Amino acid sequence: MMTASLSWIRAEPWGIHVVPADCWIDPARPVERALITHGHADHARGGHGETVATPETLAIMDLRYNTRDGAVAAHYGETMALGGGVSATWLPAGHVLGSAQILLEHVGERVVVTGDFKRRPDPTCAPFAVTPCDVLITEATFGLPVFLHPPVEEEVGKLLIARDANPDRCVLVGAYALGKAQRVIAELRRAGYHDPIWLHGALERMCRLYEELGVELGELRLVADARKDELRGAVVLCPPSALSDRWSRRLPDPLTAMASGWMRVRQRARQRGVELPLIISDHADWQELTQTIEDIDPAQTWVTHGREEALLRWCQLRQRQARALALVGYEDEDD
Amino acid sequence: MRAFSALIDRLVYTASRNGKLELIVDYLRTTPDPDRGWAVAALTGALDFPAVKSASIRNLMTERVDPVLYALSRDYVGDSAETVSLLWPEPVGPREAEPGLDETVRILAAMTRASVAPDLPRLLDRLDANGRYAVIKLATGAMRIGVSARLAKVAFAQAFAVPVEDVEEYWHGQSPPYAALFAWAAHGAPAPSGELVPLFRPFMLAHPLEDIAVDLADYAAEWKWDGIRVQLVHAGGETRLYSRSGDNISHTFPEIAAALDFPAVLDGELLVRGAHQGGEQGGAASFNALQQRLGRKAVSKAMLADYPAFVRLYDALIIGGEDLRALPWSARRERLEALIEELDPQRFDLSGLIPAEDFAQLSEIRAGARDEAIEGVMLKRRDSPYVAGRRTGLWYKWKRDPLLVDCVLMYAQRGSGKRSSFYSDYTFGCWDGDPDAGAELLPVGKAYFGFTDEELKFLDRHVRNHTVNRFGPVRETDKSLVFEVAFDSVHENKRHKSGLAMRFPRINRIREDKPAHEADRIESLRSLIRD
Repeated sequence: MMTASLSWIRAEPWGIHVVPADCWIDPARPVERALITHGHADHARGGHGETVATPETLAIMDLRYNTRDGAVAAHYGETMALGGGVSATWLPAGHVLGSAQILLEHVGERVVVTGDFKRRPDPTCAPFAVTPCDVLITEATFGLPVFLHPPVEEEVGKLLIARDANPDRCVLVGAYALGKAQRVIAELRRAGYHDPIWLHGALERMCRLYEELGVELGELRLVADARKDELRGAVVLCPPSALSDRWSRRLPDPLTAMASGWMRVRQRARQRGVELPLIISDHADWQELTQTIEDIDPAQTWVTHGREEALLRWCQLRQRQARALALVGYEDEDD
Repeated sequence: MRAFSALIDRLVYTASRNGKLELIVDYLRTTPDPDRGWAVAALTGALDFPAVKSASIRNLMTERVDPVLYALSRDYVGDSAETVSLLWPEPVGPREAEPGLDETVRILAAMTRASVAPDLPRLLDRLDANGRYAVIKLATGAMRIGVSARLAKVAFAQAFAVPVEDVEEYWHGQSPPYAALFAWAAHGAPAPSGELVPLFRPFMLAHPLEDIAVDLADYAAEWKWDGIRVQLVHAGGETRLYSRSGDNISHTFPEIAAALDFPAVLDGELLVRGAHQGGEQGGAASFNALQQRLGRKAVSKAMLADYPAFVRLYDALIIGGEDLRALPWSARRERLEALIEELDPQRFDLSGLIPAEDFAQLSEIRAGARDEAIEGVMLKRRDSPYVAGRRTGLWYKWKRDPLLVDCVLMYAQRGSGKRSSFYSDYTFGCWDGDPDAGAELLPVGKAYFGFTDEELKFLDRHVRNHTVNRFGPVRETDKSLVFEVAFDSVHENKRHKSGLAMRFPRINRIREDKPAHEADRIESLRSLIRD
């Protein structure tokens, strides 16, 4: 195994440094050249000299931070030379629209940085591509064996049952503005729900962008435009922070739901004051994380962030080399 | 089992008391006997399956999952039952039919220590994650889902439109699944009779007196003694001693149970003889002395001799079969004063009234009360009947002001339950000398309440940002934050390095303004010892 060198790729607390090409992956501080895996705020920050990402991620970043200058588009499957003898290939990660894994190759060694990813089908983005490599740099947001996300159909079914059982209330679903909200809407449509879905204002622009990029979401309306009575028996989406905000007081007796992988743990739901926990996550669960390591079978596994201890233990039990990178600044509480 | 685990699940996610009530009421109305009786027993903590221990469940789990992965999961989830329910491997092949609640209870009850290992996994294999959670909670008797026994009884009363006082009173003579109770409430059968059984009667309780003065013409004042409130009941030739929560503690204090031999129900404070409370003559020792005797299953002769217990009587509910509860307090007091003559003076005395002319004088007496009676003063309306629970305006407790000391935060641990993601248990210390001359902090206590939700968020953030060391779930902080800690009293205690232990410590204020080296020293805390 070619694991001796690898000195060309370094993990610093604020990001992964590709040394010979002097560029960074998802850096937490402004750098000259950044390779961005996806548009979530903790991975994609403004202020870089050059930003390389998929066209969808660039569009998302443009919407959020007006980062038009220095944007370089990289399509799925595309390989580009980064300089210093390093090449990068963009591959789908299945996390949110535009999310990518980055395959780095240098002196015959292959390193895959997954960014955030999941393995389950998602109608709003391209599926994860399993890519053989020497070093797998993975996330571990849900890196504990208690995290098993049930089939999304079951969870969406729960939502629809709650809606039918409460014709005088509305079901208010807290969902992360980028990715989760659109996935919940798309899954509702897939389950045959075609009523208008009502949005908190903070979700509107991202939903419109998804539609512009070819993801169909059906009829969406703004809560701000609704008469209170119209919202009885309706499904309303808002960012998680708005669930217990004064904003929700305008809704007719909302039944509070939240779409997140954390909802698997009862006390997490209770802390949020959630009555209807929906275990829907855009991250790999324990099964997917371990399955991915087995599928790819890398010589080494590096864990960027999340509950890395358990994943390292799992690797140790299977005589797999692994280490934690302890990157800072990646938030995961809202997924 | 499905209905019960769904109930538990929904109770977990329902925050409001009324919402919880509605769920239980609905369950009680729609679930057949005896399932609903078992469910009520589970909610009120009345079920005990001694063969099934949390340790045995943990062992079964770690035979199936790597112990390190289990420990990491448990630490994150904050609840063993939930961790096991989530980690339990799904059985291979078709699942055996899910058992009902009645069958589940029977299976659990039939388990012995030896049979848990084969029987419990078989039961868990028949259930989904929610069902496993409910069964483990049921088996280990720690529901912790925010439903008190009181709430369950209120729900029972609501479900069948019967008075909750009646429910509480009849409850105590019954055992799960409460067939007679359901027959009475749901099907109109005669009420279960308690005459020949030493039943617990719900205590009358007091509201805190806050910023108001009362007229002593209407209210009698007496000390609030620092022991534990007890009810002594004799009926059908048997005497039982009940604690505030209605637990039978007769076996822990056999000398008290043996000292009442005629039908009566008496309310008083359980104390140990000593000179700390109420002076040398017939005085009581500090709570610390009483603690030596609490929670013991067997009592040695030495214990009985070294820490002799007695009851300081407050009130009489029933004497010689006559129910006095509807009488005014003054009339009950007269009966109690007459009764005390007939009781063994070694085991009983009367809680004296405080001879104050008016409220101002009472206030003065109370201010000097630290040596006399630790907890403060009780004010009882002279015309108050003895009613269960807290009724506005009848009884007040006027606690003395707490003691205060400035301490430095040293360690923090994540809470459990709702606080499982928060560092909410704090260990704090005082200096063992002059901090500028190299003195060290020694832990003096631990507190996990007294702060608001906002303050908890601040504290959690402080702990995460000021961690210098980690020991499993415990974080050591940089010892920069000062708390003003309120507590009721402080005692010598050899178990702590500082040699001191506080009673009832809570975080009174966060003193961001105060530098750590200005926090109090051990010696100033020690000077507050009163026993």
